[in-house]
Amino acid sequence: MGRFVVHRAAQAAVVVVLVTVVTFLLLHALPGGPARGILGLKATRIQIEQFDKANGFDESLPQQYWSYLVRLLHGNLGTSYKLNQSVSSLLVERVPKTLLLTAMSTAVALFVAVPLGVWQALHRHRVGDHVTSSLALIGYATPTFFLALVLVIVFAEKWPLLPPEAPQGTSISSLLAHFSGLVLPIVTGAVTTLAAFSRYVRSSVLDNLAEDYVRTARAKGVSERRVVWIHVLRNSLTSLVALLGYYLPVLFGGAVVVESIYNYPGVGLLFWNAAQQSDYPVLLGVVLVISVATVVGSLAADLAQAAIDPRVRGALR
Amino acid sequence: MSTATDSVYRRFLRHRLGVAGLAVIVLLFAFCFLGPVFYHTNQVETNILAANLAPGVQGHPLGTTDVGFDELGRLMVGGRSSLEIGLAAGLLATGIGTIWGAVAGYAGGWLDAVMMRIVDTGIAIPALFLLLVAGTIVRPTVGVLIVVIGVVSWLVPARLVRAESLTLANREYVLTMKALGGGSTRAIGRHIVPNAIGTVVVNATFQVADAILLVAYVSFLGLGVPFPGTDWGGMLSNGISYTYDGYWWMIVPPGVAIILVVFAFNVIGDALRDAFELRLEGR
Repeated sequence: MGRFVVHRAAQAAVVVVLVTVVTFLLLHALPGGPARGILGLKATRIQIEQFDKANGFDESLPQQYWSYLVRLLHGNLGTSYKLNQSVSSLLVERVPKTLLLTAMSTAVALFVAVPLGVWQALHRHRVGDHVTSSLALIGYATPTFFLALVLVIVFAEKWPLLPPEAPQGTSISSLLAHFSGLVLPIVTGAVTTLAAFSRYVRSSVLDNLAEDYVRTARAKGVSERRVVWIHVLRNSLTSLVALLGYYLPVLFGGAVVVESIYNYPGVGLLFWNAAQQSDYPVLLGVVLVISVATVVGSLAADLAQAAIDPRVRGALR
Repeated sequence: MSTATDSVYRRFLRHRLGVAGLAVIVLLFAFCFLGPVFYHTNQVETNILAANLAPGVQGHPLGTTDVGFDELGRLMVGGRSSLEIGLAAGLLATGIGTIWGAVAGYAGGWLDAVMMRIVDTGIAIPALFLLLVAGTIVRPTVGVLIVVIGVVSWLVPARLVRAESLTLANREYVLTMKALGGGSTRAIGRHIVPNAIGTVVVNATFQVADAILLVAYVSFLGLGVPFPGTDWGGMLSNGISYTYDGYWWMIVPPGVAIILVVFAFNVIGDALRDAFELRLEGR
């Protein structure tokens, strides 16, 4: 297990470094480089030269990359010139809110998807399986912005049961105080991920049902209910946990759309607004945080899975 | 036709939902590519005098858009770009991913490690961001969108094929071929990829579905096919501005078209997976 942890952590460290290289290079790939990104499209050549000199952008690329890394290690992600605020303080403000929303919609999705996937696997190729799989797939096939719009029209316009916009609080508690405003964003996020999760659980339960340990358990006289909901489900859930680690960028992509449509004050909306205004320090800061979170998340998921399931340790190369 | 492909073919035909999905795709392609031959509309010059007409008015079966394009004709033109980009980008992504994964899994050792860390890096960086950066550097056209979406989507097939290639590389027949002096190009081209073909084909259909959805998101971000061209996602996000005016005909047709095509490609993928008798976790 010790070797596995070291090996896997080293891999993750390499990926984190590569991510910083990519974000650094992308900033320089922008037409006119970082100066144009920050000063805007109308900046003159002289302004750009001055800016480059003042910020060390006239040095060689490796030198600049080094100072970029040093700044990152000091927690300095740059400053948003449009919002006149440091990127790290913006992230500290926004990240918990996005975590709250994403965690709730993922929890709702899993709460429905896990029992559904198990049920579908047990009723494989029957009418109920086809109907529920198709419904979940329709949810997957619907562009999130279209789904959000339909939900707003139905539940906020036609039957005004819920507010069409997320609550606008500065703190988590103020957001939770107006919970009705969170319902539509949570449902929108949950519907799009539900199909992926239930499909995964369904196929994983089917795979596990064909394993020897299931036959052994049945032969020992363990009740079918216990075989499915204890033995099989536990094995299926460990691999689902590993999937979640890699799923972070997808969840973030969903958060960008959901937050921008419902005007929810999280990282997704921050990213969306930064994209509209070409606020590159913010864009790069958000991307770096999401990427590192993904690497760390998948590392944690893999380690957790390896701790539970010895076969995973053996499978790693 | 060999017996193996023959039985895959037969098992696919037994899958009713998959066959229905295939029929839907054929009909949608016919609608988008043959439709304009029979149904002539002007999709280049705007006509403000005929804007926002309801379905059926002045001989427009699905009404007109905010700048007076015939909605039914627009659905054909937009569908053409959605299908072209989705299909080409999905296949491009599968192609890159297959070669990358096959080489990494076959080579093993440090080359595999380097190639897979690159894949991990790509997965960690949100595709949405890469699309945004690409959008600021190049002006989007159908060709550009194919390349950009293909290049951000090859990571998952690379992982799947690599896992397959890893086990195939140690099979007796591959080892024998190597012992007899066969080169690695031959091993990958003649043995690894053909034996992983089930995984590749199934994944390709899912890639096409995801690429069509991604095009829609790209258009929603305002980086889609430029005016007067369009795609279903672009039509949809354009129509959304008129939601509260009740112009449902600008929203419902492209929305339903996207759902239909993504749904159809997914059920085809499911049917193919059953036909190839594969286990493809994660989908």
